Amino acid sequence: MIDLSERLLELIRLTSSDLPPDVEQALHRARSAEAEGSAASGALGAILENVAMAREKSSPICQDTGTPIFFVHYPAGWSTRRLRAQIREAVAEATRRSYLRPNAVDSISGKNSGDNLGDEAFPTIHFEEADGDALVVDLILKGGGCENVGAQYSLPDSRLGAGRDLEGVRRVVLDAVHRAQGKGCAPGVLGVAIGGDRGSSFAASKEVLLRPLDDSHPAPELAQLETRLLEEGNRLGIGPMGFGGDTTLLGVKATSLHRLPASFFVSVSYMCWAHRRRRMIVTGDDVRFDPPPTASTKAQGDRDD
Amino acid sequence: MIDLSLPLSADAVRQLHVGDPVRLSGVMLTGRDAAHKWMVETFIQKTRQPSGDDLEVEKAIRPLLEGGAIYHCGPVVSGLDTREYRFVAAGPTTSTREEPYQADVMRAFQVRGVIGKGGMGPKTLDGLGRCGAVYLHAIGGAAQVLANAIPRVETVFMLEEFGVPEALWVIHVERFPVVVSMDSHGGSLHEEVEDASRQRLAELLGIAR
Repeated sequence: MIDLSERLLELIRLTSSDLPPDVEQALHRARSAEAEGSAASGALGAILENVAMAREKSSPICQDTGTPIFFVHYPAGWSTRRLRAQIREAVAEATRRSYLRPNAVDSISGKNSGDNLGDEAFPTIHFEEADGDALVVDLILKGGGCENVGAQYSLPDSRLGAGRDLEGVRRVVLDAVHRAQGKGCAPGVLGVAIGGDRGSSFAASKEVLLRPLDDSHPAPELAQLETRLLEEGNRLGIGPMGFGGDTTLLGVKATSLHRLPASFFVSVSYMCWAHRRRRMIVTGDDVRFDPPPTASTKAQGDRDD
Repeated sequence: MIDLSLPLSADAVRQLHVGDPVRLSGVMLTGRDAAHKWMVETFIQKTRQPSGDDLEVEKAIRPLLEGGAIYHCGPVVSGLDTREYRFVAAGPTTSTREEPYQADVMRAFQVRGVIGKGGMGPKTLDGLGRCGAVYLHAIGGAAQVLANAIPRVETVFMLEEFGVPEALWVIHVERFPVVVSMDSHGGSLHEEVEDASRQRLAELLGIAR
């Protein structure tokens, strides 16, 4: 089995320092929509300046490089244990090179492990065998600020008048956006999972964040829900950084899972404006990144340090 | 734009109001979850005995904090092997986690500036008024722009105990850009936005506030 550690290191570097074009474009549109001279417009201006600097310096867009969450779809025959070892090695090396901040803290002793490796659970790696001969690795770097404003609701919710239907989902998601007050570095993207158990529901609400910003859900009711939540979430007027403004959300992505009759969970995962996600596709000797490095990105090894 | 030097005088702070853009220059200290808990438990509530370097560190940071600023930040730092520390990425962390501790720390150490993101709660707002201090919001995630305004790391305390993101980093800043979002006159942008957005949520859900 080939050693993908070097390529995985490059995946991490790109994810950490090179914001995907769809997110950057959405941030530009958001800035144009805000009033000139407003705190909201100033915040977005600083954000866009920061995006360019990070790319130029091959340096983290945000200092909270978060939990690295890997989704690995592999053809039959690959060893997940060896892939896990290679991913962990790449994470440790990326931390040594300051592409990532050491973020693994022992919850009992309070000690930071120093190399960004915890036990088997940190970094997070999901494995799924898939058809075809391409190995696909998706990476999201999900920071603590936005992680902390995620929420899981149980329907019915009498406080919000939310029953077990899409209207109930709408009500609790709007409540979650309101409670967050732009913490989790608005304007961000919501991942919404309807159904599942507590664990699978939250996990699905994060995986759905991999979708491109401008796509549409194939199921009409979910596509409508996404559009409506985006529009109404923005009508709350919380704005970038919670400074007040027109853009609180850049997108809403939803998914549904089967559930127990007794349970109806709605999980909301917040992703901040620094929506760092990237895909690596390995086919034989060929390795591609999607999206590819943005034109002005420095190649690995070029950084002045 | 208001350019201010650290340490801050009471007068300078009292003149600041919500919405004012400020640039800070001088020396300040980073401190977040572990540091605030340590300061309060060891030196204010005294629920734990000082141990190891605690007393030496307290002696060293007191003059820096007097009239100074605490920055809620867990940086990415290079040069850890050689101890030629450099801040590679340094945006703010969410301040609200320090709400139980902040006013007590401000009062005990005479801190005049708290820098972070997302604002803080009523206990801190009240503390800002009493102490003549101000909450300064740095742009969340603008880690490169902010690191760019931190040309030098002077030293670090509690690195071994707290780890890189939570240590007390003593940094020299130049024209470090922030916005006043909570002032010493009871003003809070966060309260204003919360009230306005709660009204809109009530309208969207068709319920009374």
